[in-house]
Amino acid sequence: MALQTTWFLLWGLLWAVFFMTDGFDFGIGTLYPFLGKNNDEKRIMLNSMGPLWDGNEVWLITAGGVTFAAFPKVYSVMFSSLYSALMLILFALILRGVSLEFRGKVSDAGWRTLWDTCIFIGSFLPALLFGVAFANIFQGIPIDENGVYLGTLFTLLNPYGLLGGLLFLSLFLVHGALWLAIKTEGELHDRAVSAANKIWFLLLIAAVVFLVATKYKTALYDNYIANPILFLLPVLNVLALLGIKFYLTKKTYFKAWFASALTIVLCTFFGVIGLFPNLFPSSVSPEYSLSAYNASSSPLTLKIMLVVTVIFIPVVIAYQVWAYNLFKGKVTKADLAYEEDAAY
Amino acid sequence: MDVLLLSRLQFAAATMFHFLFVPLTLGLSVLVAYMETKYARTGDETYLSMTKFWGKLFLINFALGVVTGITLEFQFGTNWSRYSAYVGDIFGSLLAIEATAAFFLESTLLGVWIFGWKKLSRKAHAAVMWIVALAGTLSAVWILIANGWMQQPVGYVIRNGRAELADFFAVVFNPFAMLEFLHTVSAAYVLSAFFVIGISAYHLLKKQHVEFFTRSFRIALVFGLVFSIFAAVNGDMHGVHVTKVQPAKLAAMEAHWKTAARAPLHLFALPDEKNEKNLIEIGSIPGLLSFLGHHNFDAEVKGLKDFPKEERPPVLLSFIAFRTMVGLGTLFPILMLIGWYLRNRLTESPVYLKTMLFAIPLPYIAIEMGWVLAEVGRQPWIVYGLMKTSDAVSPIATSQVFVSLIAFILVYGLLGATGFYLIAKNAKKGPVHF
Repeated sequence: MALQTTWFLLWGLLWAVFFMTDGFDFGIGTLYPFLGKNNDEKRIMLNSMGPLWDGNEVWLITAGGVTFAAFPKVYSVMFSSLYSALMLILFALILRGVSLEFRGKVSDAGWRTLWDTCIFIGSFLPALLFGVAFANIFQGIPIDENGVYLGTLFTLLNPYGLLGGLLFLSLFLVHGALWLAIKTEGELHDRAVSAANKIWFLLLIAAVVFLVATKYKTALYDNYIANPILFLLPVLNVLALLGIKFYLTKKTYFKAWFASALTIVLCTFFGVIGLFPNLFPSSVSPEYSLSAYNASSSPLTLKIMLVVTVIFIPVVIAYQVWAYNLFKGKVTKADLAYEEDAAY
Repeated sequence: MDVLLLSRLQFAAATMFHFLFVPLTLGLSVLVAYMETKYARTGDETYLSMTKFWGKLFLINFALGVVTGITLEFQFGTNWSRYSAYVGDIFGSLLAIEATAAFFLESTLLGVWIFGWKKLSRKAHAAVMWIVALAGTLSAVWILIANGWMQQPVGYVIRNGRAELADFFAVVFNPFAMLEFLHTVSAAYVLSAFFVIGISAYHLLKKQHVEFFTRSFRIALVFGLVFSIFAAVNGDMHGVHVTKVQPAKLAAMEAHWKTAARAPLHLFALPDEKNEKNLIEIGSIPGLLSFLGHHNFDAEVKGLKDFPKEERPPVLLSFIAFRTMVGLGTLFPILMLIGWYLRNRLTESPVYLKTMLFAIPLPYIAIEMGWVLAEVGRQPWIVYGLMKTSDAVSPIATSQVFVSLIAFILVYGLLGATGFYLIAKNAKKGPVHF
């Protein structure tokens, strides 16, 4: 039981870290066509996440891998029932990855426009669809006793699902705009700050509507009502959300970005804690829901994976922090000239 | 067409496409790391420009390898959900360990390498590439342990209606996985050597950047010579092991129908699966199959007829894949030895240079055929002797898989063409740092 609970929390944590890190890459990629007015500005935007996005994306692979290892039944039912949605996300991620690499390799405006469009699609779609997918999971998925999915792709595009998509999208947009505010200077910086300020209001509305809709569309609050102490989590969440605006107004952008990182993590955990012990609830009957207790791996596998995680995840965090620190500071035009050959 | 066939086609397309990029990532990272180390030690600018030139080709290739790898991990869930639920206890943990212990390191440090020229000292920057190369190899270790388990399942018990882990170290030190790892990585190094040699040959034929490409050629030549011999020797050991643990695969890849002592090896044959015989057999050498399988000319080799029909892999495909791989694998050390003989007068050997330029695709074909043999030859099993492929597929709508298969072919086709176009374009352009 304790082992399965630990893995449930780790599972939530890995998804949260993925959203927190790759989230700003998705935000930048989505803002990219609107904030970058010329090729230099666009390149500065891409290079602001250039050294980091690939390492960030591995959190997704790890979250997926850990779902497979610790909760194979969830992995099997989740990804087969969300087949089309997941395929769309994967193709979008493929487009983003190659576009970043391809864009600068031919010096031609049409070529760049092509890959610019792909970068936008490849960032916007995952941001939206991850939100749609998770909101649907919070709400329950129509699966039968054998884990067979009874809906289609369009079943997922219900109002609450789309609201979740909007919430994730606005979270990532704010997160990305703040990253740009930290990493850029001059007009681009001003535009990023202004975008962060404006989108923050959208985020606020989306978050409030989502919290209210969650009451009516999901059973997430049951856990909170049973253990009122847990309400600290959404309270902290709201504080972090307000913190973004507070630090934005004070023009301390790193703190604002940190507050938005915290918002993303707390937001994910708001859902995850509400789900507990379910990982993939069935909307057909609660008996068909997949939980940490009925869908986990054997105790031996859970133990071995725990040892692996306890050793390696801190190491990963250590060298990623080192990498972030190595590339701190603003990306300037001078950097572009020097890194002509290697960078984006 | 049903979900099973479509899913198999999709997985085949996705893996084979992914594996167009993986071997070069594995091998070229080592070569680039070596070149950069030479630069860090000597300060010789030619080595710096070699690092940048080959590094650029490496990066284009790496991007395609990474993005096509992500879809593979998730396809076990999307298309093979019954498999995932049945073996996830073992197989899933291996994939998770790969991501945590290896792929994170490779991806994070590669970002540091690309953007870190000004931020790190020469030596530290070169060291970062060594870590990237090492992490790539570590990834291969875990992925091949996972595949090795599908080929020869060990260290498990059937409990709670699924395969559960019983002995982690038995899984990690699975002999099949070890042999497969050594064979795959050495083959990847051979492919990378051919890649560097072929592109160098192109420029040497044109007599441009002669010093630059002679050096590149020679570095790759040593690498290719060593590992083409290693891959052949290891391939032989691998064959002996397959004979022991997957006799049906051996019989299929050799089109060997009747159980016999002193079993012959056919250099070429045309298997007729319906009538359980070979229509044509050319160049049959008595006892050679027994020797290759058991290192004993008189040993008995089990024929396909002694396996139930529904447990035989597709014979023709296995046979052709094996012949192609072994034929090319024999040619590679020979080409490398000729290169070694000519190494001091490369520019005066245009025929050899031209041969090596056109030889670039050959190791790609050999490696793809190797995987066809490994995977098709294992059929009808997804996990040998434990679970059939037909029992592994997801209970999903055919239309979904049909659409995604078309998308895979279109997107991968376009991206692959673009990727190879960019690699070729930059390869032809030559170094820009002089």
